[in-house]
Amino acid sequence: MTDVNRPYVADKPPLVPTREELRARIPGWGADLDPKDRPSYPRERFDPAGTGAHWDFPDRQEETYPRERSIEHGILPPVFGTVAPLHGVSGLIRRAAYKRFSEARLAHWLLLIAGDRVEAAGAHLRSAISLHPDDLVTETGVRTESVGREAGALRSDRADTNHRWIDPLLVAGPWVVTGWIGWRILRSVLRR
Amino acid sequence: MRAMVYRGPYRIRVEEKDVPRIEHPNDAIVRVTLAAICGSDLHLYHGMMPDTRIGTTFGHEFIGVVEEVGSSVQRLKRGDRVMVPFNVYCGSCYFCARGLYSNCHNVNPNATAVGGIYGYSHTTGGYDGGQAEYVRVPFADVGPQIIPDWMADDDAVLLTDALATGYFAAQLGDIVESDTVVVFGAGPVGLYAARSAWLMGAGRVIVIDHLEYRLAKAREFAYAETVNFAELDDVVLEMKRQTDYLGADVVIDAAGAEADGSLLQQVTSAKLKLQGGSPTALNWAIDSVRKGGTVSVAGAYGPVFSAVKFGDAMNKGLTLRMNQTPVKRQWPRLFEHIQQGYFRPSDIVTHRIPLEHIADGYHIFSAKLDDCIKVLVQPGA
Repeated sequence: MTDVNRPYVADKPPLVPTREELRARIPGWGADLDPKDRPSYPRERFDPAGTGAHWDFPDRQEETYPRERSIEHGILPPVFGTVAPLHGVSGLIRRAAYKRFSEARLAHWLLLIAGDRVEAAGAHLRSAISLHPDDLVTETGVRTESVGREAGALRSDRADTNHRWIDPLLVAGPWVVTGWIGWRILRSVLRR
Repeated sequence: MRAMVYRGPYRIRVEEKDVPRIEHPNDAIVRVTLAAICGSDLHLYHGMMPDTRIGTTFGHEFIGVVEEVGSSVQRLKRGDRVMVPFNVYCGSCYFCARGLYSNCHNVNPNATAVGGIYGYSHTTGGYDGGQAEYVRVPFADVGPQIIPDWMADDDAVLLTDALATGYFAAQLGDIVESDTVVVFGAGPVGLYAARSAWLMGAGRVIVIDHLEYRLAKAREFAYAETVNFAELDDVVLEMKRQTDYLGADVVIDAAGAEADGSLLQQVTSAKLKLQGGSPTALNWAIDSVRKGGTVSVAGAYGPVFSAVKFGDAMNKGLTLRMNQTPVKRQWPRLFEHIQQGYFRPSDIVTHRIPLEHIADGYHIFSAKLDDCIKVLVQPGA
């Protein structure tokens, strides 16, 4: 039976190395062996008094502007972030995503991503005509390329570099295609 | 104040912003003394997270000093040195009352499927993060905790997410004595998960990555065996060979949405955004674990679908366990482990970057330059 082992037979081989050897080699081995010593066991532990909350329902934060919310929420939650309120065209797109589609709908997320790209494009355009345009060297951190890579990192077969050849196409491609479609539409309108 | 500001995918800069103000009676304003860049910040940086708005400040790993408190705050006062869990949570909703702090229902209007997180897009509530000189901290009586005198700042900031998440991931594996535990990803969370697996009695821990310098850290810090998947045709087959064709008892996905290893998955997720994430590590986990085993997911994924091999998971009778980490639940026990000297969290820190140069930190971390594993950010430096 030398060539027949688990999983083809029932037994599990004994622990090698032993408990004692593991304890000697690895500080703390087995300290949480008992699941009761593990802080997330059991997963749900009803203890509302242990959180520090001294309210049944929190005071409501003032809603100083119409705060968008998921339509899966029954109410506006009492506390929320207030940075970067919706604005402009991207705001219209994002508000439509929140107003019309639940989180279960792909349209919800695709609209939000579209809003992100529209806002970024607007920010880049505004920056380009401002007195303090974006500095691509410092803002992308690309100047740190000189600090050194792991030996062989730029070889074409490393997992995180083997798609570099196609990255510019994937990143720039949608912008080029969108621009081309926009130009065709604009041109057809102008010709009428 | 000076703050890191998002300018669009792959672009960030530091600029002047207003100091945050008290917006709720249980808010605190914290002056940040140390922050960190998390692997999941890179998903924002790469434009993968929906509703990431221009002008927002990232950073969900930070510690600091209380500058101001709201009228209902009882447990903190100005001058307290505090560590802040990455979760924004109320402590009183249905989920918080049951210890599911990362699933709080009272702090995120933008989505019900995820709780509140500092500096992690409007999809997690629209809060500014701690890669800045000051940050608004809601529910000051619930989340933040005064840092013990004996604890170093570097260790405290790592407890706000990375260490707590790695420890939590190992717990989700339901490890029993002598289990073989495989960890995909040798970044900070993977290193901590591997180290934590031993605490729970693992008999063997194997860490898999393709970056040799990170595998070296896994051998040194986490006492793990290591496998470089880039040197193999088929890492799943290698795992079967190494486990007598049984498969690992527990596999932890500590890679998440931008896992490398499959060109198709990488391109369709990280580049074309057609998936919520590249589930390469998750699929390898599903195929490497033994039948009846457990896959623990610590890696973060976006909210749209990902091409996960669910049929294999079903046919193998797997248990899939996952959640964002309820950080504060992990702290008392982790404090004990650190005090016992079992490990020093800051041993994985490789870079310290002044806030003014944070864009460099992002690029170094993202491009895996200079043997980077963990970047700390120093406001005012």
